Amino acid sequence: MKARVHVMLKEGVLDPQGEAVRHALGSLGFDGVQGVRQGKVIELDLADGTTEDTVREMCEKLLANTVIESYRIEMP
Amino acid sequence: MKAAVIVFPGSNADRDLKVAFENAGFSVDMVWHKDTDLPSGIDMIGIPGGFSFGDYLRCGAIAAQSPITRAVAAHAERGGYVFGVCNGFQVLTETGLLPGALLRNAGLKFICRTTPLRVERTGTPWTEAYGAGAEIDIPISHHDGNYTADADTLDRLEGEGRVAFRYLANPNGSARDIAGIVSGNGRILGMMPHPERAAENAHGNEDGARLFAHLPGALTAA
Repeated sequence: MKARVHVMLKEGVLDPQGEAVRHALGSLGFDGVQGVRQGKVIELDLADGTTEDTVREMCEKLLANTVIESYRIEMP
Repeated sequence: MKAAVIVFPGSNADRDLKVAFENAGFSVDMVWHKDTDLPSGIDMIGIPGGFSFGDYLRCGAIAAQSPITRAVAAHAERGGYVFGVCNGFQVLTETGLLPGALLRNAGLKFICRTTPLRVERTGTPWTEAYGAGAEIDIPISHHDGNYTADADTLDRLEGEGRVAFRYLANPNGSARDIAGIVSGNGRILGMMPHPERAAENAHGNEDGARLFAHLPGALTAA
């Protein structure tokens, strides 16, 4: 089974990379891009029966730094 | 005085830190990250700069899960001294031994240059050599040195006098110009600038040497 974890900088934490992407889109002529936030997606290939609680523990302990990042888990 | 310098795959300022400690009179053991125990009788742990585990996932995140890190945390909880420089500061925040986090530099560029700092406090072994208000020049060399924490944490750090060093010309976007902070008991220091790279005549700048030279006489039993 697979799980997908989305990790994003929390609202209010400045995202300089997202800002750079926003500027680049503007210079390509894409008007009206008001904000860009860049995060990461982590795909986990898990043994059958792994619970969402276990994946949450992985996020809390390693995959996300909850001081600055939030995460969302997608599981089948 | 005995110091241990932790070595991770990708550490690159470990030997610089060792030499700086040795020049100050410490005997130094290098300790590999897979070890589970520190040598006995360690007074000081140095966590060096570099790119532990290639900065994969987040700077310092994998190193914070290394076997030796549990021994470092136990040493810190006993009131032991810990000095984290650059990547070492990132490891200390990822471990939770110091609050906050280090984000990508606001200007997105890796910055490698000597940077003026103001020493913000006295009363810690790390800052006593200079005294509060002193201005010193120390090199920085990082891509992710933009210190951040929520406003409450920043206020608490300021209120408790835990900002040890501040940038005079903020190079990386750090909240409140913070370059280095100490733990509540003052015995853990994390800083992005590299005093061990301004520690001998050949470096062209010895401002950092004073920090190390002051340590042996300033450490007290926990």
